[in-house]
Amino acid sequence: MFSNILIYFVVIPLVMLGGLALCQNIRQIRAVAVTGSLALIGLSAWVLAEYLELRGAGNEDPMLFVDSWTWFAPLNIHLAVGVDGISVAMLILSSIIVFAGSFASWEIKQAKEFFLWLILLSTGVFGFFISIDLFTMFMFYEVALIPMYLLIGVWGSGNKNYSAMKLTLMLMGGSAFLMLGLIGIYYHSAPEGGQLTWNILEIANNDAIDHSWQTFLFPMTFVGFGVLGAMFPFHTWSPDGHASAPTAVSMLHAGVLMKLGGYGCFRVAIYLMPQAAHELSWIFLILTGISVVYGAFCACVKTDLKYINAYSSVSHCGLVLFAILMLNETAMTGAIMQMLSHGLMTALFFALIGMIYGRTHTREITQMGGMMQIMPYLSVCYVIAGMASLGLPGLSGFVSEMTIFVGSFQHADMFHRVFTIAACCSIVITAVYILRVVGKLLFGPVYDEHHLSLTDATWWERLSTVTLIVSVAAIGCFPNFFNHLINFTFKPAIFAVLGLN
Amino acid sequence: MDYSQFLTMKQELGLLVVFLLVFLYDTFMPGRTQKGLPVVTTVLMLLLTVAGFCPCCLGSGSDVMAFSGMYETSPVISAIKNILNIGVVIVLLQSIRWANSDAMAMRRGEFYELLLVTLFGMYLMISSRHFLMFIIGLESASLPLAAMTALNKGSQESHEAAGKYILTAVFSSAIFMMGLSFVYGLTGSLYFSNIYVAIASEMNMMLVCAVAFVIAGIGFKLSLVPFHLWTADVYQGAPTSVTSYLSVISKGATAFAFMAVMAQVFGTVYSRVWEWMLYALIILTITVGNLFAIRQRNMKRFLAFSSISQAGYIMLGIIAYNTMGVAAMMYYILVYIFSNLAAFGVIGAIENATGRVSMDDYRGLYKTNPRLSFAMMLAMFSLAGIPPFAGFFSKFFIFTGALNQGSVAIYVLVLIALINTIVSLYYYLLVVKAMFISEDDCVIPTFRSAFSERLGLWITVAGIIFLGLVSCIYSGLLTLTADSALSLFFA
Repeated sequence: MFSNILIYFVVIPLVMLGGLALCQNIRQIRAVAVTGSLALIGLSAWVLAEYLELRGAGNEDPMLFVDSWTWFAPLNIHLAVGVDGISVAMLILSSIIVFAGSFASWEIKQAKEFFLWLILLSTGVFGFFISIDLFTMFMFYEVALIPMYLLIGVWGSGNKNYSAMKLTLMLMGGSAFLMLGLIGIYYHSAPEGGQLTWNILEIANNDAIDHSWQTFLFPMTFVGFGVLGAMFPFHTWSPDGHASAPTAVSMLHAGVLMKLGGYGCFRVAIYLMPQAAHELSWIFLILTGISVVYGAFCACVKTDLKYINAYSSVSHCGLVLFAILMLNETAMTGAIMQMLSHGLMTALFFALIGMIYGRTHTREITQMGGMMQIMPYLSVCYVIAGMASLGLPGLSGFVSEMTIFVGSFQHADMFHRVFTIAACCSIVITAVYILRVVGKLLFGPVYDEHHLSLTDATWWERLSTVTLIVSVAAIGCFPNFFNHLINFTFKPAIFAVLGLN
Repeated sequence: MDYSQFLTMKQELGLLVVFLLVFLYDTFMPGRTQKGLPVVTTVLMLLLTVAGFCPCCLGSGSDVMAFSGMYETSPVISAIKNILNIGVVIVLLQSIRWANSDAMAMRRGEFYELLLVTLFGMYLMISSRHFLMFIIGLESASLPLAAMTALNKGSQESHEAAGKYILTAVFSSAIFMMGLSFVYGLTGSLYFSNIYVAIASEMNMMLVCAVAFVIAGIGFKLSLVPFHLWTADVYQGAPTSVTSYLSVISKGATAFAFMAVMAQVFGTVYSRVWEWMLYALIILTITVGNLFAIRQRNMKRFLAFSSISQAGYIMLGIIAYNTMGVAAMMYYILVYIFSNLAAFGVIGAIENATGRVSMDDYRGLYKTNPRLSFAMMLAMFSLAGIPPFAGFFSKFFIFTGALNQGSVAIYVLVLIALINTIVSLYYYLLVVKAMFISEDDCVIPTFRSAFSERLGLWITVAGIIFLGLVSCIYSGLLTLTADSALSLFFA
């Protein structure tokens, strides 16, 4: 079992949990968190290298490092793992954000319990990305959701009880639809008389889900994952949840967890049921199109920094689902890039907001100003994050949004054109709310005399932000590398329906 | 008569021996050793449980009929009895401190003797293949429970609860027997197997009424909505140990017996007569149970409504009408026993130490009693079906079992059940919130619970964590039911 490299993505967090249980003081807890997250970064780098080497050597399997261990034999449930380019990209993203998040919560209270839940959450995330068995995938998905309740409820701020409950219930509501969808897929996973299976690759190979069932199961799974991807009208948990969550949790949630939604929509809903995706995509295109524009407009009128960023996440994550639903290779590549880009950029945003809030004790932009004079380092980082968000060339946002819109515009019909143009407008609106914040918060006059005595970033805060900025710039400067990593994913035969190959 | 037939009833005989030993101990041992009675009973019960897993008790793997077909035993039946035994051991463990309190000094023996008698009744109910035998089991499983409910002699609520319980128990038995008289009138027999064949071609109003009365009669015991009105009051009034026994063991045994009756007596008229009845009952039970649980502040009432909705989920295993559903139901009962007993264990420990049972009293409990809070949280997560705890697996498998039936109606039913899990998650999280997030001036002070209570909690928590992750339990139940004679009824 332990000869497979992927299983260590779950083993390392579990070892960290064990280590945490033995910790006596804050120094040991930090040591465990940092060592563990470094190990995870190392592991994902190793997986990336191996993956590229195997692909370079001409390995054309849809998934690599595939392995499977029987769990519930009579139901054919396995602990099956395997990765392709998208999963590798997501693993790298998650490990970077876990690393940055550990540093961002350097001085958290009740550190032991906090890291306990945080690491449990990341166990779920990593487990989800390496699984190719629907049952284990769903299990890890739910493992990742529930620690949020306590993380927000105990360490959050503001209207935290309400937000925590709302977030948990809405996400679990999504997973209720999802569970029905997944069991339904299982019962139609094989042709009449064949061995039913939960394994994604086998289901895709069998391609046995008949048309009428696809039209029922596709909305179930897409909505199930779409709730986590903040699809309109199921996005309302996101602003409240992110606004109340502590820094590291906002980072992880917006940076990684919301990507679970997009990844799931692609990996389960579209990958397994392409016919239904083809027919029903228009419904969800309308919904995600609304998320994109509506989220951006909401961000324009909010004055709480976290709310602004949370609505901007709704808009950007909406763009991920929007692009996936375009069902062509360019737009889907863009969607995956957008997941990476948004994950890193929004984590950077939330980290900075957390650091600013930790000093000024307010997140209202009306009560702050002139931060560039007071804390230049944090302010410059904020500008960089903002530029990435509004799509400045050289940073990640530009690459992903460009690819998405080029891909979307390949559809020649009126419907797709109209929605593409509408979604394009969100870029302009993004510029409005980003520049509004930058102008008021950073460059305006100093609003409060007391703020003058505040200090700039500490070393652990610098480390956390630098990691994220470097990653954002890396995507922006070397888009081809990521493109190359991802595009093999769209080769499998099942996509023939969509005309991808 | 061939007396060697009694040897097929190994588990019943074992229980009878335990009962006699407890009775003799209670009657003849001198006063100063009386406090040893709870421990002695627990140990004896533990021995019986372990003995239940011996190959000689599990039988040769095939069904054995005795007493001209009135009594049946099979590996599946032994398995469910073993599951109940495990639950009883934990209940006994958790009740030791309460049973040894001064208030119980004069009634200690009664508690244990009555409990063992009801368990005997449940055994008969599960094994019977003739309705007379079934009624004997049903009555001896429910009437003594009324006396147990009244064991808190000083408490008005306890008396009221006992009164309510005995009235509903008698009433529901009457309805049940009314149904039986219809069945007898239609078929001229009370043997399960005879009725099964005789009603296959029947379709008239009398049959529908008969099935409806039988479902209603058993529904009272299972507290299915709309036959649930006694539940909250009885759970609240009864001593906590009795409540936990009532909510897991009594419910689990009745659910299995219900399945046996529906499959082996009315199996031939499944889709014609009772599928839609049960369908409506399940939706009502889950929804009403959940909605009423939201408003409860008393922890025992709260768990009463939660257990009503859990009974609805258990019924999904019956409506599935296949061996997968039966296996999932047995597994669900097992997991439910552990989860609910963990919750009752914490409630009992806190009640014994401080006498407080309101959810508001639990505020800030994590600060003073972190371990108890943790156990409670795991119990709540497991009841709500959160992975990686056992409740997730049991819920997932019971839905999988139900959907195996395959009709669109079942998909709708499961969707309703799934949406209800969100409602249930809300109120289970309220408890977690009270313990971990809320703060209060008069927090329950730090206390050390008795060894027996802690042991009980450790066992239940271990069960919550490992029952799901260890796959052989559910896989074993699946193969057991698939190979059993029960599977013939689902062909």
